[in-house]
Amino acid sequence: MNKRTALYENHINANAKMVDFSGWDMPIHYGSQLMEHRVVREDCGVFDVSHMTVVDIRGQDSQIFLQKLLCNDVAKLTELGRALYSGMLNHEGGVIDDLIVYKMEEGYRMVVNCATREKDLEWIRDIADSFSVVVLERPEMSILAIHGPNSIDKVCAILAEEDAAKVKSLVNFKGVLCGDWFIARTGYTGEKGLELIFPETFAPMFWEKLMAAGIKPVGLGARDTLRLEAGMNLYGQDMDESISPLSANMEFAVAWEPTSRDFIGRSALTELKQKQADGNLPIMVGLVLEDRGVLRAGLKVITDKGEGVITSGSFSPTLNQSIALARVPQGCTQCHVELRGKLLPVLLGKPGFVRFGKKVFQS
Amino acid sequence: MSKIDQYKFTRSHEWVRVNEDNTATIGISDFAQSALGDIVFAELPEVGSEVKANESVAIVESVKAASDIYSPLDGEVLEINSVLGDAPETLNESPYEDGWLFKIAINDVAQLEELLNFETYQNLYK
Repeated sequence: MNKRTALYENHINANAKMVDFSGWDMPIHYGSQLMEHRVVREDCGVFDVSHMTVVDIRGQDSQIFLQKLLCNDVAKLTELGRALYSGMLNHEGGVIDDLIVYKMEEGYRMVVNCATREKDLEWIRDIADSFSVVVLERPEMSILAIHGPNSIDKVCAILAEEDAAKVKSLVNFKGVLCGDWFIARTGYTGEKGLELIFPETFAPMFWEKLMAAGIKPVGLGARDTLRLEAGMNLYGQDMDESISPLSANMEFAVAWEPTSRDFIGRSALTELKQKQADGNLPIMVGLVLEDRGVLRAGLKVITDKGEGVITSGSFSPTLNQSIALARVPQGCTQCHVELRGKLLPVLLGKPGFVRFGKKVFQS
Repeated sequence: MSKIDQYKFTRSHEWVRVNEDNTATIGISDFAQSALGDIVFAELPEVGSEVKANESVAIVESVKAASDIYSPLDGEVLEINSVLGDAPETLNESPYEDGWLFKIAINDVAQLEELLNFETYQNLYK
Protein backbone atom coordinates (compact mmCIF):
# COMPACT_ATOMS: atom_id res chain seq x y z
CA MET A 1 0.00 0.00 0.00
CA ASN A 2 1.12 3.54 -0.71
CA LYS A 3 2.35 5.82 2.03
CA ARG A 4 0.01 8.53 3.24
CA THR A 5 0.66 11.85 4.89
CA ALA A 6 -1.01 12.77 8.17
CA LEU A 7 -3.45 14.82 6.10
CA TYR A 8 -4.80 12.01 3.93
CA GLU A 9 -8.31 12.18 5.46
CA ASN A 10 -8.35 15.96 5.17
CA HIS A 11 -7.54 15.71 1.47
CA ILE A 12 -10.32 13.21 0.90
CA ASN A 13 -12.74 15.48 2.78
CA ALA A 14 -11.68 18.36 0.54
CA ASN A 15 -12.59 16.29 -2.55
CA ALA A 16 -9.01 15.68 -3.61
CA LYS A 17 -8.26 13.52 -6.59
CA MET A 18 -5.47 11.34 -5.20
CA VAL A 19 -2.69 9.97 -7.38
CA ASP A 20 0.43 7.93 -6.86
CA PHE A 21 3.50 10.09 -6.46
CA SER A 22 6.65 8.01 -5.92
CA GLY A 23 4.83 5.58 -3.66
CA TRP A 24 2.73 8.21 -1.87
CA ASP A 25 -0.99 8.90 -2.22
CA MET A 26 -0.98 12.63 -2.92
CA PRO A 27 -3.62 15.15 -4.06
CA ILE A 28 -3.16 16.14 -7.72
CA HIS A 29 -6.04 18.64 -7.51
CA TYR A 30 -9.21 19.33 -5.53
CA GLY A 31 -11.44 19.95 -8.55
CA SER A 32 -9.58 22.35 -10.83
CA GLN A 33 -5.85 22.72 -11.17
CA LEU A 34 -6.28 26.05 -13.00
CA MET A 35 -8.37 27.55 -10.20
CA GLU A 36 -5.86 26.38 -7.61
CA HIS A 37 -3.05 27.92 -9.63
CA ARG A 38 -4.87 31.27 -9.76
CA VAL A 39 -5.67 31.16 -6.05
CA VAL A 40 -1.93 31.05 -5.30
CA ARG A 41 -1.13 33.90 -7.71
CA GLU A 42 -3.98 36.10 -6.47
CA ASP A 43 -4.74 35.16 -2.87
CA CYS A 44 -3.38 32.23 -0.89
CA GLY A 45 -3.29 28.44 -1.05
CA VAL A 46 -1.85 25.56 0.96
CA PHE A 47 0.06 22.53 -0.32
CA ASP A 48 0.70 19.40 1.70
CA VAL A 49 4.27 18.49 0.81
CA SER A 50 4.86 16.14 3.72
CA HIS A 51 6.05 13.49 1.27
CA MET A 52 9.29 15.44 1.01
CA THR A 53 12.17 14.34 3.19
CA VAL A 54 13.49 16.34 6.16
CA VAL A 55 17.05 15.46 7.16
CA ASP A 56 18.75 17.08 10.15
CA ILE A 57 22.56 17.20 10.27
CA ARG A 58 23.99 17.53 13.75
CA GLY A 59 27.41 17.18 15.36
CA GLN A 60 30.65 19.15 15.48
CA ASP A 61 31.57 18.57 11.82
CA SER A 62 28.16 19.63 10.46
CA GLN A 63 29.50 22.67 8.62
CA ILE A 64 32.60 21.08 7.06
CA PHE A 65 30.53 18.00 6.13
CA LEU A 66 27.99 20.07 4.22
CA GLN A 67 30.79 22.14 2.67
CA LYS A 68 31.98 18.84 1.18
CA LEU A 69 28.53 17.45 0.33
CA LEU A 70 26.91 20.47 -1.31
CA CYS A 71 27.97 22.65 -4.25
CA ASN A 72 26.68 25.77 -2.51
CA ASP A 73 28.52 26.87 0.61
CA VAL A 74 26.71 26.69 3.96
CA ALA A 75 29.28 29.15 5.32
CA LYS A 76 27.05 31.76 3.65
CA LEU A 77 24.45 30.97 6.32
CA THR A 78 25.68 33.49 8.86
CA GLU A 79 22.61 33.58 11.07
CA LEU A 80 20.16 31.05 12.50
CA GLY A 81 17.22 30.21 10.29
CA ARG A 82 18.89 31.35 7.07
CA ALA A 83 18.12 29.20 4.02
CA LEU A 84 20.22 28.28 1.00
CA TYR A 85 19.34 26.46 -2.22
CA SER A 86 21.95 23.94 -3.32
CA GLY A 87 22.66 20.95 -5.48
CA MET A 88 24.15 17.75 -4.13
CA LEU A 89 26.48 16.52 -6.87
CA ASN A 90 28.16 13.25 -7.74
CA HIS A 91 31.87 13.07 -8.59
CA GLU A 92 31.09 13.65 -12.26
CA GLY A 93 29.34 16.95 -11.45
CA GLY A 94 25.85 15.54 -12.08
CA VAL A 95 22.98 16.51 -9.80
CA ILE A 96 22.00 13.78 -7.30
CA ASP A 97 19.34 16.11 -5.92
CA ASP A 98 18.50 19.75 -5.32
CA LEU A 99 17.55 20.88 -1.86
CA ILE A 100 17.07 23.66 0.66
CA VAL A 101 19.34 23.78 3.69
CA TYR A 102 18.58 25.86 6.79
CA LYS A 103 20.97 26.79 9.59
CA MET A 104 19.59 25.50 12.87
CA GLU A 105 20.76 25.73 16.47
CA GLU A 106 22.01 22.14 16.54
CA GLY A 107 23.42 22.11 13.03
CA TYR A 108 21.51 22.20 9.76
CA ARG A 109 18.19 21.04 8.35
CA MET A 110 17.88 19.91 4.75
CA VAL A 111 14.68 19.31 2.82
CA VAL A 112 15.28 16.94 -0.11
CA ASN A 113 12.97 15.49 -2.74
CA CYS A 114 10.60 12.60 -2.12
CA ALA A 115 11.38 10.58 -5.25
CA THR A 116 15.10 10.63 -4.44
CA ARG A 117 14.82 9.89 -0.72
CA GLU A 118 16.55 6.53 -0.61
CA LYS A 119 19.51 7.28 -2.85
CA ASP A 120 19.94 10.67 -1.14
CA LEU A 121 20.05 9.15 2.34
CA GLU A 122 22.45 6.46 1.18
CA TRP A 123 24.77 9.04 -0.41
CA ILE A 124 24.55 11.44 2.55
CA ARG A 125 25.33 8.63 5.03
CA ASP A 126 28.21 7.34 2.89
CA ILE A 127 29.89 10.73 2.84
CA ALA A 128 29.01 11.33 6.50
CA ASP A 129 31.06 8.26 7.51
CA SER A 130 34.27 10.28 7.40
CA PHE A 131 32.87 13.12 9.53
CA SER A 132 31.74 13.52 13.09
CA VAL A 133 28.07 14.11 12.28
CA VAL A 134 24.69 12.56 12.94
CA VAL A 135 22.30 12.22 9.99
CA LEU A 136 18.77 12.22 11.35
CA GLU A 137 15.75 11.77 9.11
CA ARG A 138 12.56 13.37 10.47
CA PRO A 139 9.68 11.34 9.02
CA GLU A 140 7.41 12.45 11.88
CA MET A 141 7.33 15.97 10.47
CA SER A 142 4.58 17.39 8.29
CA ILE A 143 5.48 20.04 5.73
CA LEU A 144 2.97 22.60 4.51
CA ALA A 145 3.71 25.29 1.94
CA ILE A 146 1.35 28.26 2.16
CA HIS A 147 1.79 30.67 -0.71
CA GLY A 148 0.21 33.69 -2.34
CA PRO A 149 0.12 37.46 -1.81
CA ASN A 150 -2.10 37.11 1.27
CA SER A 151 -0.38 34.06 2.73
CA ILE A 152 1.67 35.63 5.49
CA ASP A 153 -1.20 37.77 6.79
CA LYS A 154 -3.62 34.85 6.74
CA VAL A 155 -1.24 32.44 8.47
CA CYS A 156 -0.22 35.00 11.08
CA ALA A 157 -3.88 35.57 11.91
CA ILE A 158 -4.16 32.01 13.20
CA LEU A 159 -0.77 31.67 14.90
CA ALA A 160 -0.21 32.50 18.55
CA GLU A 161 0.56 36.22 18.91
CA GLU A 162 4.25 35.88 19.71
CA ASP A 163 4.79 33.36 16.89
CA ALA A 164 2.96 35.63 14.45
CA ALA A 165 5.29 38.50 15.44
CA LYS A 166 8.32 36.32 14.73
CA VAL A 167 6.95 35.20 11.36
CA LYS A 168 6.01 38.74 10.31
CA SER A 169 9.56 39.92 10.87
CA LEU A 170 11.05 37.25 8.59
CA VAL A 171 12.82 38.31 5.42
CA ASN A 172 12.81 36.10 2.34
CA PHE A 173 14.88 32.92 2.71
CA LYS A 174 14.81 33.06 6.48
CA GLY A 175 13.06 30.87 9.00
CA VAL A 176 12.42 30.80 12.71
CA LEU A 177 11.65 28.20 15.34
CA CYS A 178 8.37 28.61 17.18
CA GLY A 179 8.65 25.82 19.76
CA ASP A 180 9.02 22.67 17.66
CA TRP A 181 7.50 24.35 14.59
CA PHE A 182 9.97 25.67 12.05
CA ILE A 183 8.46 28.38 9.84
CA ALA A 184 10.40 29.84 6.90
CA ARG A 185 9.92 32.28 4.04
CA THR A 186 10.81 29.76 1.33
CA GLY A 187 8.88 28.07 -1.44
CA TYR A 188 8.45 26.83 -4.98
CA THR A 189 5.85 29.08 -6.59
CA GLY A 190 7.38 32.49 -7.29
CA GLU A 191 4.98 34.06 -4.78
CA LYS A 192 5.47 35.30 -1.24
CA GLY A 193 4.85 32.54 1.25
CA LEU A 194 5.82 30.23 4.05
CA GLU A 195 6.90 26.66 4.55
CA LEU A 196 6.05 25.11 7.88
CA ILE A 197 7.75 22.01 9.24
CA PHE A 198 6.09 20.69 12.38
CA PRO A 199 5.15 17.45 14.18
CA GLU A 200 2.54 15.64 12.12
CA THR A 201 0.23 15.08 15.09
CA PHE A 202 -0.75 18.76 14.81
CA ALA A 203 -1.34 18.60 11.07
CA PRO A 204 -5.06 17.65 10.75
CA MET A 205 -6.17 20.27 13.28
CA PHE A 206 -3.96 22.98 11.81
CA TRP A 207 -5.19 22.15 8.30
CA GLU A 208 -8.78 22.69 9.41
CA LYS A 209 -7.81 26.07 10.88
CA LEU A 210 -6.30 27.03 7.53
CA MET A 211 -9.49 25.99 5.74
CA ALA A 212 -11.59 27.98 8.21
CA ALA A 213 -9.35 31.00 7.53
CA GLY A 214 -10.29 30.77 3.83
CA ILE A 215 -6.98 29.30 2.67
CA LYS A 216 -7.68 26.98 -0.26
CA PRO A 217 -6.06 23.57 -0.71
CA VAL A 218 -3.80 23.30 -3.77
CA GLY A 219 -2.68 20.05 -5.36
CA LEU A 220 0.58 18.89 -6.89
CA GLY A 221 -0.77 19.70 -10.39
CA ALA A 222 -0.86 23.43 -9.69
CA ARG A 223 2.40 23.14 -7.79
CA ASP A 224 3.99 22.01 -11.05
CA THR A 225 2.56 24.82 -13.21
CA LEU A 226 3.40 27.40 -10.52
CA ARG A 227 7.03 26.30 -10.25
CA LEU A 228 7.32 26.15 -14.04
CA GLU A 229 6.04 29.73 -14.36
CA ALA A 230 8.58 30.70 -11.70
CA GLY A 231 11.30 29.01 -13.79
CA MET A 232 12.20 26.60 -10.99
CA ASN A 233 13.56 23.14 -11.76
CA LEU A 234 11.89 19.84 -11.04
CA TYR A 235 14.37 17.12 -10.16
CA GLY A 236 14.25 14.11 -12.47
CA GLN A 237 12.75 16.20 -15.20
CA ASP A 238 14.90 19.31 -15.68
CA MET A 239 18.07 17.77 -14.29
CA ASP A 240 19.39 14.46 -13.01
CA GLU A 241 22.66 12.69 -12.31
CA SER A 242 23.80 13.09 -15.91
CA ILE A 243 23.28 16.88 -15.95
CA SER A 244 25.49 19.43 -14.20
CA PRO A 245 24.20 22.61 -12.53
CA LEU A 246 25.80 24.56 -15.39
CA SER A 247 23.32 23.06 -17.84
CA ALA A 248 20.34 23.31 -15.50
CA ASN A 249 20.22 27.02 -14.65
CA MET A 250 21.68 26.19 -11.21
CA GLU A 251 25.02 27.93 -11.43
CA PHE A 252 23.75 30.58 -9.02
CA ALA A 253 23.76 27.74 -6.47
CA VAL A 254 27.40 26.80 -7.06
CA ALA A 255 29.83 28.58 -4.71
CA TRP A 256 33.17 28.66 -6.57
CA GLU A 257 34.73 30.77 -3.81
CA PRO A 258 36.67 30.01 -1.71
CA THR A 259 38.68 27.99 -4.22
CA SER A 260 40.10 25.93 -1.35
CA ARG A 261 36.66 24.36 -0.68
CA ASP A 262 36.82 20.94 -2.31
CA PHE A 263 33.12 20.05 -2.63
CA ILE A 264 32.13 16.81 -4.33
CA GLY A 265 31.93 17.32 -8.08
CA ARG A 266 34.14 20.41 -8.05
CA SER A 267 36.87 19.14 -10.38
CA ALA A 268 34.37 17.75 -12.89
CA LEU A 269 32.45 21.02 -12.72
CA THR A 270 35.64 23.00 -13.32
CA GLU A 271 36.22 21.05 -16.54
CA LEU A 272 32.62 21.66 -17.61
CA LYS A 273 33.10 25.35 -16.87
CA GLN A 274 35.93 25.38 -19.42
CA LYS A 275 33.68 23.66 -21.92
CA GLN A 276 31.07 26.33 -21.25
CA ALA A 277 33.68 29.07 -21.81
CA ASP A 278 34.49 27.43 -25.16
CA GLY A 279 30.79 27.61 -26.04
CA ASN A 280 30.26 23.86 -26.05
CA LEU A 281 27.98 23.23 -23.08
CA PRO A 282 24.18 23.17 -23.44
CA ILE A 283 22.27 25.71 -21.36
CA MET A 284 18.78 25.84 -19.96
CA VAL A 285 16.42 28.44 -21.37
CA GLY A 286 12.79 29.42 -21.16
CA LEU A 287 10.48 29.08 -24.16
CA VAL A 288 7.11 30.66 -24.88
CA LEU A 289 4.82 29.40 -27.63
CA GLU A 290 2.78 32.17 -29.22
CA ASP A 291 0.72 29.77 -31.34
CA ARG A 292 -2.01 27.61 -29.88
CA GLY A 293 -0.89 24.31 -28.44
CA VAL A 294 0.99 23.06 -25.40
CA LEU A 295 4.72 22.40 -25.20
CA ARG A 296 5.49 19.11 -23.44
CA ALA A 297 8.57 17.50 -21.91
CA GLY A 298 10.55 15.46 -24.43
CA LEU A 299 9.67 17.56 -27.49
CA LYS A 300 12.60 18.33 -29.77
CA VAL A 301 13.76 21.95 -30.07
CA ILE A 302 15.34 22.93 -33.37
CA THR A 303 17.69 25.92 -33.16
CA ASP A 304 20.15 27.76 -35.38
CA LYS A 305 22.96 25.99 -33.45
CA GLY A 306 21.59 22.46 -33.40
CA GLU A 307 18.99 20.45 -31.53
CA GLY A 308 17.80 20.72 -27.97
CA VAL A 309 15.00 19.25 -25.87
CA ILE A 310 12.12 20.47 -23.71
CA THR A 311 12.60 19.26 -20.14
CA SER A 312 9.34 20.67 -18.68
CA GLY A 313 6.44 22.12 -20.57
CA SER A 314 2.86 23.04 -19.79
CA PHE A 315 0.18 25.65 -20.14
CA SER A 316 0.82 28.83 -18.20
CA PRO A 317 -2.46 29.92 -16.60
CA THR A 318 -1.01 33.38 -15.85
CA LEU A 319 0.28 34.09 -19.37
CA ASN A 320 -2.53 32.11 -21.01
CA GLN A 321 -0.07 30.47 -23.39
CA SER A 322 2.28 27.53 -23.26
CA ILE A 323 5.72 27.81 -21.65
CA ALA A 324 8.63 25.42 -21.27
CA LEU A 325 12.10 24.90 -19.90
CA ALA A 326 14.48 23.49 -22.49
CA ARG A 327 18.12 22.52 -22.77
CA VAL A 328 19.58 23.94 -25.99
CA PRO A 329 22.99 24.58 -27.57
CA GLN A 330 24.77 27.64 -26.20
CA GLY A 331 24.47 30.80 -28.26
CA CYS A 332 21.37 29.86 -30.21
CA THR A 333 19.02 32.72 -31.06
CA GLN A 334 16.28 31.07 -33.13
CA CYS A 335 14.09 28.25 -31.83
CA HIS A 336 11.35 26.13 -33.30
CA VAL A 337 9.44 23.24 -31.79
CA GLU A 338 7.98 20.42 -33.78
CA LEU A 339 4.42 19.96 -32.63
CA ARG A 340 2.27 17.33 -34.41
CA GLY A 341 4.20 17.61 -37.64
CA LYS A 342 4.25 21.43 -37.69
CA LEU A 343 7.35 23.50 -37.01
CA LEU A 344 6.24 26.32 -34.70
CA PRO A 345 8.41 29.29 -33.72
CA VAL A 346 8.97 29.79 -29.98
CA LEU A 347 10.29 32.81 -28.10
CA LEU A 348 13.60 32.25 -26.33
CA GLY A 349 14.54 33.84 -23.01
CA LYS A 350 15.87 33.24 -19.54
CA PRO A 351 14.05 30.55 -17.55
CA GLY A 352 11.45 32.38 -15.47
CA PHE A 353 8.09 33.57 -16.67
CA VAL A 354 6.09 34.90 -13.71
CA ARG A 355 7.10 36.45 -10.38
CA PHE A 356 4.72 37.90 -7.78
CA GLY A 357 1.78 37.51 -10.14
CA LYS A 358 3.42 39.46 -13.00
CA LYS A 359 5.03 38.43 -16.26
CA VAL A 360 8.83 38.61 -16.13
CA PHE A 361 9.73 36.65 -19.26
CA GLN A 362 11.68 38.62 -21.86
CA SER A 363 12.72 37.22 -25.21
CA MET B 1 -31.60 19.69 -22.23
CA SER B 2 -31.04 16.49 -24.14
CA LYS B 3 -31.46 13.23 -22.31
CA ILE B 4 -28.42 11.04 -21.90
CA ASP B 5 -30.20 8.10 -23.62
CA GLN B 6 -30.19 10.20 -26.82
CA TYR B 7 -26.40 9.96 -26.85
CA LYS B 8 -24.28 7.20 -28.37
CA PHE B 9 -20.70 6.60 -27.26
CA THR B 10 -17.41 5.28 -28.60
CA ARG B 11 -14.89 3.27 -26.63
CA SER B 12 -12.52 6.22 -27.08
CA HIS B 13 -14.91 8.47 -25.07
CA GLU B 14 -16.54 10.53 -27.82
CA TRP B 15 -20.32 10.96 -27.88
CA VAL B 16 -22.73 11.44 -30.79
CA ARG B 17 -26.15 13.06 -30.65
CA VAL B 18 -28.23 12.66 -33.78
CA ASN B 19 -30.19 15.79 -34.59
CA GLU B 20 -33.54 15.91 -36.42
CA ASP B 21 -32.03 17.10 -39.73
CA ASN B 22 -29.82 14.00 -40.10
CA THR B 23 -26.80 15.81 -38.71
CA ALA B 24 -24.82 14.64 -35.71
CA THR B 25 -23.25 16.63 -32.92
CA ILE B 26 -20.02 15.20 -31.47
CA GLY B 27 -18.33 15.77 -28.14
CA ILE B 28 -16.43 14.00 -25.38
CA SER B 29 -17.90 12.26 -22.37
CA ASP B 30 -18.00 13.52 -18.81
CA PHE B 31 -15.67 10.66 -17.89
CA ALA B 32 -13.18 11.90 -20.53
CA GLN B 33 -13.21 15.55 -19.46
CA SER B 34 -12.79 14.55 -15.85
CA ALA B 35 -9.85 12.26 -16.64
CA LEU B 36 -8.19 14.95 -18.78
CA GLY B 37 -8.48 17.67 -16.15
CA ASP B 38 -8.57 21.37 -16.99
CA ILE B 39 -8.81 21.75 -20.76
CA VAL B 40 -6.84 24.67 -22.22
CA PHE B 41 -7.08 24.22 -26.01
CA ALA B 42 -9.23 22.43 -28.53
CA GLU B 43 -8.00 22.07 -32.09
CA LEU B 44 -11.05 21.32 -34.22
CA PRO B 45 -11.44 20.07 -37.80
CA GLU B 46 -12.08 22.55 -40.61
CA VAL B 47 -15.65 23.25 -41.63
CA GLY B 48 -16.22 21.59 -45.00
CA SER B 49 -13.65 18.85 -44.43
CA GLU B 50 -14.60 15.18 -44.73
CA VAL B 51 -13.98 13.05 -41.67
CA LYS B 52 -13.91 9.28 -41.43
CA ALA B 53 -15.00 7.09 -38.53
CA ASN B 54 -12.13 6.18 -36.15
CA GLU B 55 -9.88 8.80 -37.71
CA SER B 56 -8.18 11.37 -35.51
CA VAL B 57 -9.87 14.67 -36.39
CA ALA B 58 -9.33 16.94 -33.40
CA ILE B 59 -7.05 17.42 -30.42
CA VAL B 60 -8.01 18.39 -26.92
CA GLU B 61 -5.19 19.66 -24.74
CA SER B 62 -5.51 19.75 -20.99
CA VAL B 63 -2.97 21.05 -18.51
CA LYS B 64 -1.91 17.42 -18.20
CA ALA B 65 -1.81 16.00 -21.72
CA ALA B 66 -2.90 16.19 -25.36
CA SER B 67 -5.59 13.76 -26.49
CA ASP B 68 -6.68 12.80 -29.97
CA ILE B 69 -10.39 12.93 -30.71
CA TYR B 70 -11.63 10.32 -33.16
CA SER B 71 -14.65 10.88 -35.34
CA PRO B 72 -17.36 8.35 -34.45
CA LEU B 73 -18.86 8.58 -37.97
CA ASP B 74 -18.08 9.41 -41.60
CA GLY B 75 -19.35 12.78 -42.77
CA GLU B 76 -18.76 16.37 -43.71
CA VAL B 77 -17.99 18.91 -40.98
CA LEU B 78 -20.79 21.50 -40.95
CA GLU B 79 -19.96 23.56 -37.90
CA ILE B 80 -17.43 23.76 -35.10
CA ASN B 81 -18.06 25.05 -31.60
CA SER B 82 -16.51 28.52 -31.67
CA VAL B 83 -17.13 29.01 -27.94
CA LEU B 84 -14.21 26.68 -27.24
CA GLY B 85 -11.70 29.10 -28.75
CA ASP B 86 -12.05 31.65 -25.96
CA ALA B 87 -13.53 29.38 -23.31
CA PRO B 88 -12.03 25.88 -23.59
CA GLU B 89 -13.12 25.26 -19.98
CA THR B 90 -16.67 24.90 -21.35
CA LEU B 91 -15.58 21.35 -22.22
CA ASN B 92 -15.09 20.65 -18.52
CA GLU B 93 -18.17 22.50 -17.37
CA SER B 94 -20.68 21.18 -19.86
CA PRO B 95 -19.35 18.19 -21.80
CA TYR B 96 -22.78 17.07 -23.07
CA GLU B 97 -24.29 20.45 -23.98
CA ASP B 98 -22.32 23.71 -24.36
CA GLY B 99 -19.00 21.90 -24.69
CA TRP B 100 -19.78 20.05 -27.93
CA LEU B 101 -16.92 19.91 -30.46
CA PHE B 102 -18.31 19.78 -34.03
CA LYS B 103 -21.33 18.88 -36.14
CA ILE B 104 -21.31 16.69 -39.22
CA ALA B 105 -23.71 15.66 -41.99
CA ILE B 106 -24.07 11.91 -41.51
CA ASN B 107 -22.98 9.83 -44.51
CA ASP B 108 -23.95 6.39 -43.33
CA VAL B 109 -26.58 5.93 -40.61
CA ALA B 110 -25.63 2.25 -40.31
CA GLN B 111 -22.45 3.33 -38.51
CA LEU B 112 -24.62 4.45 -35.59
CA GLU B 113 -25.37 0.79 -34.86
CA GLU B 114 -21.74 0.20 -33.89
CA LEU B 115 -21.84 2.83 -31.14
CA LEU B 116 -22.62 2.12 -27.50
CA ASN B 117 -25.53 3.33 -25.46
CA PHE B 118 -24.82 5.25 -22.25
CA GLU B 119 -25.29 2.30 -19.94
CA THR B 120 -22.93 0.03 -21.88
CA TYR B 121 -20.37 2.81 -22.17
CA GLN B 122 -20.54 3.62 -18.50
CA ASN B 123 -20.13 -0.02 -17.52
CA LEU B 124 -16.87 -0.20 -19.46
CA TYR B 125 -15.21 2.22 -17.07
CA LYS B 126 -16.63 1.18 -13.74
